[in-house]
Amino acid sequence: MPEAHAHAGPLRHHFADLDQQQESSALGMWLFLVTEILFFGGLFTVYTIYRHLYYDAFSAGSHHLSWKLGFANTLVLIGSSLTMAMAVHSAALGQKGRIVLFLLLTILLGGAFLGVKYVEYSEKILPCLGDGPHAGCLVPGARFDASALHLEGKEAREVQLYFSLYFGMTGIHALHMIIGIPILALLAWLAHRGRYSALWHTPVEMVGLYWHFVDIVWIFLFPLLYLIGHH
Amino acid sequence: MSTAPVPPKVHYLNADYGWRSWLLTTDHKRIALLYLVSVTAMFFLGGAYAVLIRLNLLEPTGSLVSAETYNKLFTAHGVIMVFFFLIPAIPATLGNFLIPLMIGAKDLAFPRINLLSWYIYVVGAVITLQALVNGGLDTGWTFYTPYSTAFANTAVVTAGVGIFVTGFSSILTGLNFIVTIHKMRAPGLTWFRLPLFVWAHYATAVIQILGTPVIAVTVLLVAAERAFHFGFFDPARGGDPILFQHLFWFYSHPAVYIMILPAMGVMSELVTAFSRKKVFGYRFIAMSSLAIAGLSFLVWAHHMFVTGLSVYAAMVFSALSFTVGIPSAIKVFNWTATLYRGSVSWQTPMLYAFGFIGLFTFGGLTGLFLATLGVDVHVTDTYFIVAHFHYIMVGGTIMAYLGGLHFWWPKITGRLYPEWWARVSAVIIFVGFNLTFFPQFIVGYLGMPRRYHAYPPEFQVLNVMSTAGASILGIGYLIPMVYLAWSMRYGKVASANPWPATGLEWQTTSPPPTLNFDKTPAVADEVYDYPKLIESKGAVLA
Amino acid sequence: MSEHDSQHRRHVVPVPVYLAVFAALCVGTVLTVTAAGHDFGALNTPIALGIAATKAILVILYFMHVRYSPRLVTLMVSAGFAFLALLILFIMSDYVSRPWPIVPGS
Repeated sequence: MPEAHAHAGPLRHHFADLDQQQESSALGMWLFLVTEILFFGGLFTVYTIYRHLYYDAFSAGSHHLSWKLGFANTLVLIGSSLTMAMAVHSAALGQKGRIVLFLLLTILLGGAFLGVKYVEYSEKILPCLGDGPHAGCLVPGARFDASALHLEGKEAREVQLYFSLYFGMTGIHALHMIIGIPILALLAWLAHRGRYSALWHTPVEMVGLYWHFVDIVWIFLFPLLYLIGHH
Repeated sequence: MSTAPVPPKVHYLNADYGWRSWLLTTDHKRIALLYLVSVTAMFFLGGAYAVLIRLNLLEPTGSLVSAETYNKLFTAHGVIMVFFFLIPAIPATLGNFLIPLMIGAKDLAFPRINLLSWYIYVVGAVITLQALVNGGLDTGWTFYTPYSTAFANTAVVTAGVGIFVTGFSSILTGLNFIVTIHKMRAPGLTWFRLPLFVWAHYATAVIQILGTPVIAVTVLLVAAERAFHFGFFDPARGGDPILFQHLFWFYSHPAVYIMILPAMGVMSELVTAFSRKKVFGYRFIAMSSLAIAGLSFLVWAHHMFVTGLSVYAAMVFSALSFTVGIPSAIKVFNWTATLYRGSVSWQTPMLYAFGFIGLFTFGGLTGLFLATLGVDVHVTDTYFIVAHFHYIMVGGTIMAYLGGLHFWWPKITGRLYPEWWARVSAVIIFVGFNLTFFPQFIVGYLGMPRRYHAYPPEFQVLNVMSTAGASILGIGYLIPMVYLAWSMRYGKVASANPWPATGLEWQTTSPPPTLNFDKTPAVADEVYDYPKLIESKGAVLA
Repeated sequence: MSEHDSQHRRHVVPVPVYLAVFAALCVGTVLTVTAAGHDFGALNTPIALGIAATKAILVILYFMHVRYSPRLVTLMVSAGFAFLALLILFIMSDYVSRPWPIVPGS
């Protein structure tokens, strides 16, 4: 005879109670984030090796980035982490309206970050398109314009590795945000519909963990990409 | 034992019907069967490629297929067997089925993610097979750069995407197991009362979580290099092809422990059950699983000794590779000590267990040869390596997998398999296996390189022996397909605990109900308490 | 049942803590830029990484609540970073030691 168990709305049947369910979800999310540490970590490894081997070229490439935009974007993303933490906080206190507010603010700040990224990418990619001279093209490959960085020969090739890493690492980071923002929007919608309570708001917490992780990746990307040899 | 067992009226197999009840199930037992069907299909597909390889190697000229085609054959064999059979086989079938049962839970922590992991596996398989079939892949399963990035004109990117996708299946399975084992154990089931099968899968899951993402990003880098010419692994652009190997093997060495640890978990269950004795050195075996998981991440460059690696780094990796053999040896010693003064019986699972002990030990010892820098320089990229890893993967993992499949078959299906057919198959497999792979040690040591479609004529006799062995091995694998399928309909009905064996999975019906237990069990006994079991059950089942 | 808190209401981090962490992160970011402008020689990279790591730890402990989570979570996070460190350090050891002489005195 199957034992009767309390059916609070969100409780899944294989869990004994909401606490066990929430703790399990948190562990699961953390394990996923550990995989993300190793995933991004692979890129950081490639970065470490080539920066070690080609420091001067990397420094030249880094100087070409706008550290001010990177600095601003870092503050924007840290701000979005604050608003996300506030969203989780509001959920824990059962304040429906504030959950929505803070989630929307997080989306706004995330969007701003991506907007700046778009600007940065455009100025490097647009010169590569079309025919004619590709002065200022910074996409690695046949059209890469090393003279824009006053480099030639060996360093002209090495700096392409720097930009490969720049696009690769910030690109995958941005992809994580592009995936995160619609999820935040969905959360905001569900919060607006009253789905979350002080008793159960696990999805908000879980998405919060993801968002903070994306912030942490950027905290490392900023100095490592934008501030090489700036002294 | 005088009355014939009666199957439970409602159990997980008949609780619901129709394709939707299978394809949309969240029951870990049904998902295990979905995986069983998929990995079996992939096993025979990978095996078909192996048959073609061995047929080609009957003649030294290797002219059954062209050299290019031959490259595609061994690549397909490797990719399919590694990613689609060996890595998921035991965890996704036996692990999925048994872990909730063994810990007294109703299901895994995340049943829907469990189903998702199967779908991801299927999608990854479809993408990869598409690549293998359309144009094929000729880089070897290791797709070393710069060949894979700059020179191969085969479906590298597609296959890479397929592997990338499949990796998430492995990650999600590992994630599920870790959370389940932490959070969903029955009352009284402390860590040191867990069956060693559970410990083994926990350690495996740790490797899946830490290692798989690295190969995911590596595959992405290869794809990016091919598509966007980034240059990470291209010397002409300042890249280093060896960096690829570092990143690749950082996962792929621990991956071989993903393949063997679950098999060792099965072994612990089989050896105790068929010696009717408590396992010797339970804590040592449990801790050795964790040690293997940790150490496995520190040895990868032993695959790279001849690449131009720093000699100093090579020495460190060589020393560490010796140490990783120690926990495995501890397990073998402890299983052997478990047998000592046990009441050993020779049912099929035990035949496979004995096969494992012999073949895994043999293969593992040859691993020590390979950890030795001087020897490795001589035998690397020869058939010695091929024989080494097949002794572990086939002589070890597949034997344990078959042993476990037979041991838990009554629990999974509610039926007994036909014992004599099963024993005959086990012997055929053992004979076929040794005939296939032992000659490869010899021919490898004598210098026959791997991944070549042709070879010097003086190696033909040994190659013919190997091919003959492969045919016997193939037959040995096909017979269980027949009688296991037959048994599902016509096999003798099994009781809840036909062996009998200890463990919570045997405390519920065969097959179990959908929610596993009618009442959540409370655990008060120590694990593998065979003396108590024998006392309560009376006579030992022959 | 596995050990878990019987209280339903888990620890709620007070808002001032969040604001303090945010302020610290902003200061840290300014510090990152300022430090990059000075030459500390061999310490340049350790300092930059140290500041970034401090910021990351603040996010992990407070924004991600690890300070108030079971120790298992701390173990998992630490394991992740530890194995990443192994990946980087072991591979670096190859590149760093490749040029070292093999024959003593050469």
